[in-house]
Amino acid sequence: MLTELLAARTQMGLSLAFHIVFATAGIGMPLLMVGAEIAWLRTGEPAWLALSKRWAKGTAILFAVGAVSGTVLSFELGLLWPRFMEVAGPLVGLPFAMEGFAFFLEAICLGIVLYGWDRVSPAAHLAAGIGVAVSGALSAAFVISANGFMNTPQGYGVGPDGALVAADPLAAMLNPMAAPMALHALVASWLAIGWVAAATHAWRLRRDPGDPVDRRGLALGLWVAVVATLAQPLTGHVIGGATAHHQPAKLDALEALWETQRGAPFTIGGWPDEAAQTTRYAIEVPKLLSLIAFHHADAEVMGLDAVAPEDRPPVVAAHLAYQIMLATEGLMGVGAVAALATLWRPRWREHPAFLGLVLLLGPVGMIGIEAGWCATELGRQPWIVAGLMRTADAVTPVGGIRISVIGFTLVYLGLAAVTAVLLQRQIAGPAGGGH
Amino acid sequence: MSGLDPNLAVAGVLTAVLCAWVLTGGADLGGGLWDLLAAGPRKVAQRRAIALAIAPIWEANHVWLIVAIVITFVAFPRAFAAISIALHWPLTLMLLGVVLRGASFVFRAYAARAEPVQARWSAVFASASAATPILLGVVLGAIASGRIDADGDAIPPGTLPWLAPFPVVVGLLTLAIFAFLAAVYLTLDTREEPALQEDFRRRGLGAAAAVFCLAWAAFFLARTGAPAIWHGLWHSAWAVPLQLAVAACGLSCIGALWTRRYRLARDLGAAQVVLVVGGWAASQYPHVLPPHLTVADAAPAVVVWWLLGVLAVGAVPLAVAYATLMRVFKG
Ligand code: HDD
Ligand code: HEM
Ligand code: HEM
Repeated sequence: MLTELLAARTQMGLSLAFHIVFATAGIGMPLLMVGAEIAWLRTGEPAWLALSKRWAKGTAILFAVGAVSGTVLSFELGLLWPRFMEVAGPLVGLPFAMEGFAFFLEAICLGIVLYGWDRVSPAAHLAAGIGVAVSGALSAAFVISANGFMNTPQGYGVGPDGALVAADPLAAMLNPMAAPMALHALVASWLAIGWVAAATHAWRLRRDPGDPVDRRGLALGLWVAVVATLAQPLTGHVIGGATAHHQPAKLDALEALWETQRGAPFTIGGWPDEAAQTTRYAIEVPKLLSLIAFHHADAEVMGLDAVAPEDRPPVVAAHLAYQIMLATEGLMGVGAVAALATLWRPRWREHPAFLGLVLLLGPVGMIGIEAGWCATELGRQPWIVAGLMRTADAVTPVGGIRISVIGFTLVYLGLAAVTAVLLQRQIAGPAGGGH
Repeated sequence: MSGLDPNLAVAGVLTAVLCAWVLTGGADLGGGLWDLLAAGPRKVAQRRAIALAIAPIWEANHVWLIVAIVITFVAFPRAFAAISIALHWPLTLMLLGVVLRGASFVFRAYAARAEPVQARWSAVFASASAATPILLGVVLGAIASGRIDADGDAIPPGTLPWLAPFPVVVGLLTLAIFAFLAAVYLTLDTREEPALQEDFRRRGLGAAAAVFCLAWAAFFLARTGAPAIWHGLWHSAWAVPLQLAVAACGLSCIGALWTRRYRLARDLGAAQVVLVVGGWAASQYPHVLPPHLTVADAAPAVVVWWLLGVLAVGAVPLAVAYATLMRVFKG
């Protein structure tokens, strides 16, 4: 049965899962465009310019869909969770206000990047491109700080009637999860877009070997993808440590750790059985979780047995999502090693087998991002603000969300389909010189 | 310092941001209406001029709306929650309009050139552009009407505070104002093509007539439909001067369009719109959400001060960047 609460959660999750695809492109694509533009300014090779322009054209579609889906989210915070916004709105206000300015700079700079080739100097054009890349990253960091507040709230007081009162918005913004999440999610965005770009050009190179634009696109995409893929376990370690310290119940759900214990194992795969409170069919690496989380092989890690049943997150879903995220890192790690091998044997870079591998890895980063966010958001349940406000108490009293969730699903499916068709047209366009 | 009420200041900033959105993003939506109504021998040229005028700037212009939302939920969270509950459905429909308009606009630019494909996207773009301002106006009209309960969830089922004559007329008025601004701006964007410029001049004059009629209709409906506003518009010290100023701007703007002084027409039109939005805010003052929530029902002062600080610091680079954008594309 789809209750109204479940419908609202579904609609929120769906809207975010849709938006994050375009937001990721908005963070990653400008980096690639700027890279190609700098290479063009340095070498004067027209292929770099063509590459930068072609990427910019694709980005324009993605950016517009990102802007409208983001607008939906800003309203949905109130439309679906009015009681949450009533309390938390003032507390997450600083990052959201700063995000507004970042959006302005991003949209303004993008207008110049897309339509200003003949109207501004090359240096000004490059500066605008850098502006898009920087403000895109900043807007992500700001909105993530708001999400960090939901995970590790601080900066509030309690009023005479027991209600939460905003006391220190700066402390709320600088909550303990904000920086680790922003770091980890930004690297995830660059990584995902690097693989998507590399896969796109790999696909074209398989059709049309030796194309100068696509060779450069593949190389630049791979560089970004490989560096970010190798860095991601480090940022993952940082965020994992922060989660262990500040959100022990979430860590238990992600790891499916039922019993509080010293020398806790790191669980890979498996299927948590909530009734029996065990995890079946999993591979357990002894003591590793204690080591990673608290830098000591015998450190005690709190288990789900320390969490009251009504305060436990949905373990199966959170654990599975987390495992998928980790698995994507493994797959892309293989791709990164293969790509590094092509530095040593450059001819392998255009071997159909290598191009095929890159092509397969194209969507994997995006899948990792979606899975990671689902793990984070499900792992926070049943709280909308951890420990302070339950999701069920925040939901709108308006009836009929079951209908709007269907409507939004259809709209998102339609938008996704059209965007895919248009991008496909763009990508399958003529080889060589660009447009 | 001591004299300045931060809540009042932030309410003023919110009004200014709404003005900025109407003058920029609102005009982009109005352009969509002229796409819908494109007609005559220069139909295709009209659509092209509209698309060229909007393309580089609409996403930046759109951000004003988001900033307005953020200021509302940070500074006036109770009003934000009550509005989100009571006006859930018109806001949801408006969002649908925002989504379809923005998406179809880029889709059209990247779709196949074939006429039927283009016509289909144009139809979505133009009808979403026209529907969005109507729904927005309905929301604003319903807020002004004073029928929204401060607790939101106390609305008796079956009552729709937004489906009443006053909000609906405000919706139509909003569309007319946006269309008027768009037509006036487009006369400047089509400087090099006198025939097109004439087309938009005539549209501007027509829209001005619609604004005039709908403004009067809204004014009279306010008496029963939005008593608080009505009271402000009649009984404040500034009421008569404000109304005279609006009328003077409106009439001289029409005069300027008539005599083809387009820059002047744009400035007068913008001034008139600023006076209308400002006058609405002033007549609603001190209420943020009449009849219960006023500017005093704001977030704690520390939050409002922080918000004002962020807005003040952010405004500087924003002003520089926005001015650059306009100079590059509208110069
Ligand atoms: C392609 C993407 C991707 C990859 C390869 C990884 N992650 Fe991740 N992870 C994300 C994408 C992501 C994410 C979607 O971006 C999340 C969701 C929230 C956030 O800030 O980042 C996330 C969240 C997230 C969390 C939850 C944080 C919380 O909610 O408190 C943890 C513990 C990790 N990650 C740990 C890791 C580790 C140890 C990784 C590798 C070895 C790793 N992630 C690879
Ligand atoms: C873009 C990446 C994100 C994705 C894919 C995502 C995913 C989800 C999902 C799947 C849910 C439903 C969880 C459930 O109810 O079980 C959810 C809920 C929610 N998320 Fe996120 N999230 C993201 C980022 C954010 C950010 C940055 C914020 C805040 C600023 C946020 C705010 C919320 C809120 C308010 C809810 C509803 C309340 C709740 O279910 O706890 N999300 N999200
Ligand atoms: C509740 C959560 C969220 C809200 C309310 C939100 C809101 C918005 C809005 C209003 C826009 C449009 C700005 C414009 O018109 O240019 C936008 C775009 C964007 N958002 Fe989100 N967002 C959310 C989650 C996220 C997350 C989790 C990320 C990143 C990890 C993100 C990154 C971006 C970026 C980079 C853009 C730029 C547009 C693009 O490139 O597509 N947002 N968002």
